[in-house]
Amino acid sequence: MIHGVALGIPWTLAVTAAAFLIGAALGLPLCAMRMSKLPPLRFIGLAYIILFRSIPPLLLVFFFFFGLGSGFLPISAFQGAVLGLGLITAANMAEIYRGALSAIHFGQWDASEALALPSYSTYIDIIAPQLIRVSLPSAASYAVGLLKESAIASTIGVTDISFNANYIAKSTYQGLTVFGIAALFYIMISLPIAALARFADQKLRARVAL
Amino acid sequence: MSDIAAFWLDSLPQLLAGLSISLQVTGAALAIGFPLGLLLALGVQSKVKAVKLPSLCLVEIGRGAPALVVLQFAYFGLPQGGLTLSAFAAAVFALAWNTGAYTSEIIRAGLESVPFGEIEAASAMGMLPRDTLRFVIIPQGLRVAAPALLGFAVAVLQATSLCFAIALPELTSNAYMIGTITFRYMEILSLAGILYAAICVPATIAVGVLEQRLGKHAL
Repeated sequence: MIHGVALGIPWTLAVTAAAFLIGAALGLPLCAMRMSKLPPLRFIGLAYIILFRSIPPLLLVFFFFFGLGSGFLPISAFQGAVLGLGLITAANMAEIYRGALSAIHFGQWDASEALALPSYSTYIDIIAPQLIRVSLPSAASYAVGLLKESAIASTIGVTDISFNANYIAKSTYQGLTVFGIAALFYIMISLPIAALARFADQKLRARVAL
Repeated sequence: MSDIAAFWLDSLPQLLAGLSISLQVTGAALAIGFPLGLLLALGVQSKVKAVKLPSLCLVEIGRGAPALVVLQFAYFGLPQGGLTLSAFAAAVFALAWNTGAYTSEIIRAGLESVPFGEIEAASAMGMLPRDTLRFVIIPQGLRVAAPALLGFAVAVLQATSLCFAIALPELTSNAYMIGTITFRYMEILSLAGILYAAICVPATIAVGVLEQRLGKHAL
């Protein structure tokens, strides 16, 4: 029974990791749009963020898997789940980056200007490394949340922890035990992520200018 | 285009019936979950081990396990222990637990934000600890926690979509049902998304405004 539920761990990790990577990457341009000086760009960024934080992840995943999948674009359950969760993660990561950006001391911008650094160099060499360090704790706690949210992939047939737990519970009628084991797996996976993030945060925090 | 409009108009009553169930589950889960969160916040801070440990357990499991798994545990798991819940009751049970666990942390942060001097002042005036809690700490702490609590209420409405997994006929389930019959998933899921957004977008903006206003007073 434990083994059967454990078979889903790689899929849970794969959905979480893929959705997080998409979100972390898409979040950057989205954050830039959200903070742009051009009103249309700013509006599009803001609209995306509010909209994708307002639609339940399950519905969005259904939209891609059943909606797009039914005749528009052949899409696998895994792709549908990753796409839906990834786009929502992008909206949330954009807000995390925005929060982190305001935590970077304005002296860093002034100093870059005083040194006549070109603007790409200011972003790539000065701001981005600090941005990643500052946003790490929030990003890590979002990743833990995403790990749990990834359970919705089971509803469209991705054979993750929840899917296997559900399958075994229905065939053995021992739901109490099976779902207890599934919950334990999720907690056991999230603990090292949280611990790792705390450790990395302590190391990296020392390298952010105040 | 008029074809889609006609289809939407046809299926709207069924989606609205689903939305009404979603809102009922949200309301019941919040009505139980918020007081539970306050109790758990106080329980976790308690010095009595017999109170502290169970509270900590409830909070950690509620926060550590996915809401979907708690939901399936309540609906498919509890019968093994001799307790069979209806889909609605299971949904309320799971989401109230989820709400209690998460809001206990929000409320705890709110309670801790009350300056220690106020607690000292209350004790210097001879107030009983429970009166200090009732009249000094909780009213101020909840005010600080209010925006985050409202934000969580929006998240609970979104989480009701998970009840699809236990066949509760809420908004997402109904949309999916119509999709399986008509095979027009794209249109019907879009309409469901619009309905969710119609509630969640204004609510999210309102929470943001409230946050800014209260933030001003804090400084």
